[in-house]
Amino acid sequence: MIEIENLSKSFTLHNQGGAVIPVMAGAHLRVEPGECVALTGQSGAGKSTLMRMIYGNYLAASGSIRIGGVDVATATPREIIRLRRETLGYVSQFLRVVPRVPTRTVVAEPLLALGKPEGKAHARAEELLTMLNIPERLWSLSPTTFSGGEQQRVNIARGFAHEYPAMLLDEPTASLDARNRDVVLSLIEGAKARGAAIIGIFHDEGARNQVCDRVVDVTGFTPKVAA
Amino acid sequence: MTMHDVSLDQPLFRVDGLTKRYGQRIGCADVIFDLWPGEVLGIVGESGSGKSTLLGCLAGHMQADEGKILYRGRNTLTMPEPERRVLSRTEWAFVHQNPRDGLRMGVSAGGNVGERLMAIGARNYGEIRETATDWLGRVEIAGERIDDRPRQFSGGMQQRLQIARNLVTSPRLVFMDEPTGGLDVSVQARLLDLLRGLVRDMGLSVIIVTHDLAVARLLADRLMVMKDGHVIEQGLTDQVLDDPQAAYTQLLVSSVLQV
Repeated sequence: MIEIENLSKSFTLHNQGGAVIPVMAGAHLRVEPGECVALTGQSGAGKSTLMRMIYGNYLAASGSIRIGGVDVATATPREIIRLRRETLGYVSQFLRVVPRVPTRTVVAEPLLALGKPEGKAHARAEELLTMLNIPERLWSLSPTTFSGGEQQRVNIARGFAHEYPAMLLDEPTASLDARNRDVVLSLIEGAKARGAAIIGIFHDEGARNQVCDRVVDVTGFTPKVAA
Repeated sequence: MTMHDVSLDQPLFRVDGLTKRYGQRIGCADVIFDLWPGEVLGIVGESGSGKSTLLGCLAGHMQADEGKILYRGRNTLTMPEPERRVLSRTEWAFVHQNPRDGLRMGVSAGGNVGERLMAIGARNYGEIRETATDWLGRVEIAGERIDDRPRQFSGGMQQRLQIARNLVTSPRLVFMDEPTGGLDVSVQARLLDLLRGLVRDMGLSVIIVTHDLAVARLLADRLMVMKDGHVIEQGLTDQVLDDPQAAYTQLLVSSVLQV
């Protein structure tokens, strides 16, 4: 489902003397439907960079990232927008929303964007918010004023609203209490069971061991110091 | 939902080699892009970058010197003026930064919305008033304000009224020039929320000029960065903002406190 070959990336800092910083070279990764792969490596090793490249948020310098027939490394913006709407979900660590939009709508948005009827989309949103223990009295409020943990759970609900065939999860259990952590792990297991290919970053070792089938250390993708 | 029967596999709007000069000076030069149905294209840049000139040329408010603009296959630069006027009353809409430029300040709110309907042939007073009331509701203006003049409205309400006036004829393509400029942050948020909902539900294509990168991030699918009349960089909005390639874009993004 997700197939990464010979991927590389460097940043050129034009306003800092044009410094070129190679951050990744020769990255390979293949994730089958129903499989969950954890990215590991020290902070700064490139886990988030790789996730962002898979999502099309960072441009690849070379190589390919194939997801459901689209090569993200060379796709047009329009193709990536469509891929993100239909195929590739991303649960980031931060919730970024238009202020004032009610939580229920924030969670339902991925379904509304797919043209699902409002009633169904809201029902699914409410189901997820209930599972993730967001009290009903908060559903009509904007999540911008919520606590960090609540925002994280809203973000997860939103990320799981549509059943994406491929998912990227960036620390999905960080800052959650035991009860909500279990809910998130069961959501991940549910996604795997329906055949989703998942790549995740989990600092929480217990969570990683529970849901991940394999671990890939991204340190192996760090470019060798230029000779 | 009032999705138009436009083919989703064809660009709605194709711009090629568009150039506008002011004497020796360049307004905008060699602009190329395609816009697809349902897509929101943000044009960002500092004042004087040429983004408003470009928007003016695209919308036909200014005459471009060179290039091609194809709207659903028709070249709008060479089409007869009456035909272009019909387009801008029906399938196109233009939301100005200052509501005063897009509204008739001496005419009631209902009249402002109804006028655009009448311009395309609506004659039944009851129906026009009903549609106007419906649209005031959609932009969150209370129906009881229908007979008030825009000058009795706050800036945010005026802007929402301008949007209602523009969208009442169900256009396909909407040009917006800094639509949230000059509004308080909380009012901006409300407007952004409203615009996003309308874009999604009506399947609108939008070209929006803004200097506010946060607005661009929340509203635009794709971004075009302009400097000195040239397009410096374009791509997926979050990619351009998070991994800018051009020196100028890197400077622009890093100059903002947080987007």
